[in-house]
Amino acid sequence: MNEILRKEVLAPRITEFEVYAPEIAAKAQPGHFVILRVHEKGERIPLTIADYDAVKGTITMVSQEVGKTTSQLATLEVGDSLADLVGPLGTPMHIEKVGCVVCVSGGLGVAPMYPKARRFYELGSKVVSFIGAQTKEMLIFKERMEKVSHHVGYSTDDGSFGHHGFVTDLLRKFLESGKEVDEVVAIGPLPMMRAAARVTRDFGVKTVVSLNPIMVDGTGMCGGCRVTVGGEVKFACVDGPAFDGHKVDFEELMARQNRFLEEERIAMERFRAQGEGCKCQER
Amino acid sequence: MPREIAQRHQMPKQDPRERIRNFNEVALGYSPETAISEAKRCIQCPKRPCVGGCPVGVDIPDFIALLREGRFGEAAKKIKEKNSLPAICGRVCPQETQCEAVCTLGRAKNQKPVAIGALERFVADWERRELATLGGNSPAAGNEGATAKVAVVGSGPAGLTCAAELAKFGYRVVLFEALHEVGGVLRYGIPEFRLPKAILDEEVQYVKNLGVEIRTNMLIGQTLTIDDLFNDGFRAVFIGTGAGLPHFLGIPGENLNGVYSANEYLTRSNLMKAYLFPEYDTPIKTGKRVAVVGAGNVAMDAARTALRLGAEKVMIVYRRSRAEMPARAEEIENAEEEGVELMLLTNPVRVIGNEKGWVTGMECMRMELGEPDESGRRRPVPVKGSEFTLEIDTMISAIGTDPNPLLTKRTPGLVLGRHGNIIIDEKTGETSIPGVFAGGDIVTGSATVIAAMGAGKLAARGIHEYIRSRGW
Ligand SMILES: Cc1cc2nc3c(=O)[nH]c(=O)nc-3n(C[C@H](O)[C@H](O)[C@H](O)COP(=O)(O)OP(=O)(O)OC[C@H]3O[C@@H](n4cnc5c(N)ncnc54)[C@H](O)[C@@H]3O)c2cc1C
Ligand code: FES
Repeated sequence: MNEILRKEVLAPRITEFEVYAPEIAAKAQPGHFVILRVHEKGERIPLTIADYDAVKGTITMVSQEVGKTTSQLATLEVGDSLADLVGPLGTPMHIEKVGCVVCVSGGLGVAPMYPKARRFYELGSKVVSFIGAQTKEMLIFKERMEKVSHHVGYSTDDGSFGHHGFVTDLLRKFLESGKEVDEVVAIGPLPMMRAAARVTRDFGVKTVVSLNPIMVDGTGMCGGCRVTVGGEVKFACVDGPAFDGHKVDFEELMARQNRFLEEERIAMERFRAQGEGCKCQER
Repeated sequence: MPREIAQRHQMPKQDPRERIRNFNEVALGYSPETAISEAKRCIQCPKRPCVGGCPVGVDIPDFIALLREGRFGEAAKKIKEKNSLPAICGRVCPQETQCEAVCTLGRAKNQKPVAIGALERFVADWERRELATLGGNSPAAGNEGATAKVAVVGSGPAGLTCAAELAKFGYRVVLFEALHEVGGVLRYGIPEFRLPKAILDEEVQYVKNLGVEIRTNMLIGQTLTIDDLFNDGFRAVFIGTGAGLPHFLGIPGENLNGVYSANEYLTRSNLMKAYLFPEYDTPIKTGKRVAVVGAGNVAMDAARTALRLGAEKVMIVYRRSRAEMPARAEEIENAEEEGVELMLLTNPVRVIGNEKGWVTGMECMRMELGEPDESGRRRPVPVKGSEFTLEIDTMISAIGTDPNPLLTKRTPGLVLGRHGNIIIDEKTGETSIPGVFAGGDIVTGSATVIAAMGAGKLAARGIHEYIRSRGW
């Protein structure tokens, strides 16, 4: 159970894992996520399911090394198993055939976007994808997204590939061109999703974002993942993670994401001091 | 001639100044001599009201009679006829409102009831140590020949008890738990200093030894549905998913950084062992000035955890008066000994934060007691113009929980009550769906460990009858 069958480094510090989890794979839908622990003393972290294969019994996750747990995860190899894996969690995103959907992803957000874009595509919607990354090197899931989109536009922060600037610039230009858009899905860093929601608000286009707040249990038991949506408190792990982007209180969520910055720094320093990348450490 | 009856024996405890610096158990238990001496206080009255006061009807005078003759092993067996988790119940049951509340001796002049809980704990601990030297609980008869499979969902006291009872009936039992560890509130809610996890581990081992298969990381309703379970060949399902959905006050500022539900605070500390950070990876912010809103056991546990995590000042903020505090008297006493301050007749109206989104204070109002409300308790009413601000950096909301709707929402046909609780047949534990049974907090709302165990046991019998009546 939970054995890693495939591991691929997609970009610096970004790794894709395909894990054997037949029960989760059988139930997974676009928008679902899992919670995992890397080892017995580890924390529970949520990762969105980037792909699933019920026949093979596998799910795919993409993780970026941002803290101790994700760094430790990156040290696992094919044949290793996760200590714990539970899912699929959350409410799948409501996806139906629309005339045209614009999928805006930033950074790692393209991985969770992929199954959604694919579902829209399979249902016969016109899929326009805009993908932003820091640099060309950091761009992931390019071929996969191209396969499930009718048009793909790129942007990089440094101009090394596609538009030099924000991915939301591409979104704005597209909307300004007067094309009929039924729905926008935006997944990526919070400032990017907030910017996308601001752009689409001006055009009155329905916008769905996928939030990834700090979680503990992922079953609705702790309330640590709470977000304010349209003035109401929601638990992202059960009510979400997809929400109406025009209603999400992004400022509050951004502040809440800083809750444990200090502790994360301590954990990371300790991890580094113990020899980063040495997988024997916690065993 | 009435014999001279000794006064009730206090259980020794860790010194409050010491214990607020560790997570070790606070109450230390009786010595055999003290236990025998306490057992001798029982007058073995013929009416035995204590048995009726016990939600699972433990034959209290009988085990005490064995205990006072030093027959500890037999005493333990006696308790276990009715209660399979005595080491836990001896620690966390509210005996003062159950068996001890009706103790005949307690009605005598200048006498307190027999310390039944402490005696139960003594006997259970003695047996645990004894078994440990004998190499652990011996496995019960295997269930190899059993045919019918039964699924139990949730591994709190209701699920654990139901699973154990079903295994004893001879069924093949699979226990599904959403979290990565077993025990429900006993694991994630009640802290180590009140219920050492090693004791829970032993009880879980006992359930495993009975042949129960335990599958953690299985969120029923998501990973598998109730229908999937029936399709997989389970003949019946028991739902014991608890009342884990935390309430918030609904006042401004509750999403500021530094505001936790008690569930989050306790889960981080207990289940995830954040009190051992950074050896364990899960963090918790150790506030310096902590306000816990609410006055039940959960609030006491959160307050005492905060102290141990290094808080300088911990306050319980409660809108009613001391008499209405729902926590066990013993827990309130422990909290006060440790330095937790009670701010009674005080109601928070707003949480105040700084520009970075962190809590800096809590605006409260003074309350006074008015006319009785529907609960029969005098309703607290705000005193006009009494607003004041408490300076705090952490607020923990411990004002109650509701049944967790995750599974019930995804189970069509399940009839629910007003609070999302599952409605059952009181005699069998069966729900509106044939073959689906339920018990514990998911049925009653937050109640007690012993009530959940009683419900698990009752439903196990209901399931047994159900399966037998169908000739499976
Ligand atoms: C902090 C705290 C202190 C307490 N102190 C006391 C005390 O001193 N004395 C006392 O008698 N009582 C006390 N209680 C109350 C007591 O713990 C509960 O009444 C009791 O645990 C209820 O048992 P249960 O089995 O119904 O549910 P729980 O113990 O809540 O267990 C439910 C289990 O089901 C799991 N679950 C939920 N949904 C699913 C799903 N869909 N699929 C799979 N698994 C699922 C949960 O993860 C959990 O492990 C306390 C409660 C708390 C929170
Ligand atoms: S993560 Fe605990 S309620 Fe959502």
